[in-house]
Amino acid sequence: MGARKYAYAFSVILLVATVGNLVVQRGPKLGVDFTEGTVIEVRLTPREPADKVRSALDKAGIRQAEIQSVGAEGDYLFRFQQAITKGDPFVSIKEAIQEEMPGTEVVLRRAETVGAKIGKELIGKATWAVLFALGGILIYVGLRYEFIFAVGAVISLFHDVIITLGIMTLLGKEFTLTVLAALLTIAGYSINDTIVVFDRIREQSRLLKRESLKDVIDLSVNQTLSRTILTSFTVILTVLALLVLGGEVIRDFALCMLIGVGFGTYSSTYVASALALDIHGPGSKGMRK
Amino acid sequence: MYKNLKWKALLVAVIMVVSIVYLLPSLRIYSMSPQKKASLPADEMGRLRDKALKLGLDLQGGMYLVLEVDKTGLKENEIADAVDRAMEILRNRTDPSGLREPIIQKQGENRIVIQLPGLFDTERAKALIQQTALLEFVVVSTPDETKELLDKLDAFIAQRVPAVRDTAQYPYFDPAKPISSRMLTIELGGVFFGEEDAPDVQKFIQEAGADSLLPIDARLAWSAETEFFQERPGQILYFLKKKPELTGADVATARVAIGLDSEKPNASGVTMNLTRAGSTIFSRVTGANIGKQLAIVLDGRVRSAPVIKTKIPRGEASITGNFTDKQATDLSIVLKAGALPAPLSIMEERTVGPSLGQDSIAKGMTAGLVGALLVVAFMCIYYRLSGILAIFAMVLNVWLLLAGLVAIPMALGTGPGTLTLPGIAGIILTIGMSVDANVLIFERIREELRTGKTVARSIEYGYQRAFRTILDSNVTTLISSAVLYQFGTGPIKGFAVTLSIGLIANMFTAVFVTKLIYDGIVSRRRLESISI
Repeated sequence: MGARKYAYAFSVILLVATVGNLVVQRGPKLGVDFTEGTVIEVRLTPREPADKVRSALDKAGIRQAEIQSVGAEGDYLFRFQQAITKGDPFVSIKEAIQEEMPGTEVVLRRAETVGAKIGKELIGKATWAVLFALGGILIYVGLRYEFIFAVGAVISLFHDVIITLGIMTLLGKEFTLTVLAALLTIAGYSINDTIVVFDRIREQSRLLKRESLKDVIDLSVNQTLSRTILTSFTVILTVLALLVLGGEVIRDFALCMLIGVGFGTYSSTYVASALALDIHGPGSKGMRK
Repeated sequence: MYKNLKWKALLVAVIMVVSIVYLLPSLRIYSMSPQKKASLPADEMGRLRDKALKLGLDLQGGMYLVLEVDKTGLKENEIADAVDRAMEILRNRTDPSGLREPIIQKQGENRIVIQLPGLFDTERAKALIQQTALLEFVVVSTPDETKELLDKLDAFIAQRVPAVRDTAQYPYFDPAKPISSRMLTIELGGVFFGEEDAPDVQKFIQEAGADSLLPIDARLAWSAETEFFQERPGQILYFLKKKPELTGADVATARVAIGLDSEKPNASGVTMNLTRAGSTIFSRVTGANIGKQLAIVLDGRVRSAPVIKTKIPRGEASITGNFTDKQATDLSIVLKAGALPAPLSIMEERTVGPSLGQDSIAKGMTAGLVGALLVVAFMCIYYRLSGILAIFAMVLNVWLLLAGLVAIPMALGTGPGTLTLPGIAGIILTIGMSVDANVLIFERIREELRTGKTVARSIEYGYQRAFRTILDSNVTTLISSAVLYQFGTGPIKGFAVTLSIGLIANMFTAVFVTKLIYDGIVSRRRLESISI
């Protein structure tokens, strides 16, 4: 715990960097789920270069679409800022492309339209979801362990979630429902390692009544370090498999999980108990429970 | 200490047998070749489907729509059941159209969720769902009345809409007669405007709000399709009586017919038979209006306006136009199903094409297998024989998770569960998390062994001490997945469900079952050492 100053400094720098970036960019880059708009993804066989696709759409008068090439198979993503609810945008895109490139097969991969009203509702719901999850964990951990430790745990969870979101934004990833799901999973999972440590602190507090809280925490963290790393390692193995092999839809989810589980392990070890220790103040004895 | 072992083993066996029973139909249906599927009788296939794990729209491809019922313009007594009526009509429209197993649900106060699995023609589906299909039979004003109304319309619009227009392009334009100076001809009750003038005229009428300020007994409606006058394309503006004589509610049946229009012998159209009451009215109206036109108006656009030549007692009418066969079929479906009580607007749409769904399944499987192999390799290297025990528990965990996914929704009466792509991610994550419990136990056992306890003692303590940690950590993950379930839409819910079932099964397999196996070994012989 003597090194906790360095951990705090590291966390604060990361938080400032990621939150600062979030503020500068005015929040995370919201995906279509949370704003409004239409996204169409198509596959062209045979493949066609991007500028040819762009000019085909231009000629057909579809100019408001942002066009992006995705994946290795010659897929294209068309993004409209406004939700298109009249007619079928896929059909207009298909016709525009086939007009210029007859014989090209245009297959719909996915189409997503979210109206402004739904987007707003989802933002509200997402905020509540994160708060509810953290609140629920705070209450449960508070009941099972000492409340101050629960506060430390939830602050460190919040730290994990914010840093993960910040890094996703730095990487230019969009905030979508999938990313939200990953963040909530991180919140639920990253606390696991913290609990392993807390459990040991509780046990040691009963055995070592004379020792200061700081020493108890130090001992407990050291004793549990190997299993904290091992459990995260097995999850990281599967998350890596998802990231590399899971395909485009799941990639952002896996990336987000990877970042989150990584920071979760770090914060369980260096942040959560350290915070509890500092809230308690110097000279306090073991966990009361 | 080991007294209840037999009963515990029996319990595990029973749970395994039950889970196999629940999973068998899914295993059968997903391992079958397409030929074999085709050769099975339909009812047996149906029975299998009713018991097998379903694939979500994101895996098998399909369309998910959230529609909002626009209640503005509805009367007070119509508001209450507008959503239910709209749902009923949507059901009637989607059922006969060959769309596979549509799911239509109410969401909140005025939203409807429609799920169409395996649908590929999204344009057609949207047309089928969104078309209001308000059908009216309306008498058209006579040529004299039309001329009179046209003068009134001219005067009305000249006052209200600034008449400065590009006179170089439209030299014939007369600001005092903004409408009639641009028409090409009057054919009975219809005023014909060329293609270049029609949009302007439509705009004038809309801006002036003229359709509502005409005499009480008249309204305006445009032709639905491009019409021709002396080979010039354009649109016809009809002056109609306000009150329809008949509506779609008077239609008994509708079917596709070819050759209804003598000018287009190969075009498809729709023939309707009226109800008995409708036939009576039809016969009276046609008898009283011989020589006039009767407009067939669909969603505010005039489909056709034939002249009534004689009284028609049969109660048969038809809709013609430039329909493709498919469009005509769909029109006959929506006419039979009836008109929507209010317009529906699309709030949210998520469509996944079949190719993306198949990719997702294939990639999900690979990722799952590789992830599992990595975990297996790690556990075997790090924990030796005990690692194999943990792997056995992990396999059991995934097995129970899949069985639970089928069985739990069935027990709740909602049919077998649905596997989505985030659900697959949830399963893969479960693989990674399920061994965590065993890691915690094994580490604890190693620790106890180091303090010099016997193998049996160490196992006993290891499980006892690690159990609380495992319980606490699983509960916190359950809390966040419960929140996710509450919040989530479709696929995200699938993730929350698989993760939750996985965690609960984990408590059983990683703690209960592995302990049972250890106990089984330890109770038979005294172990000097343990491979951990």
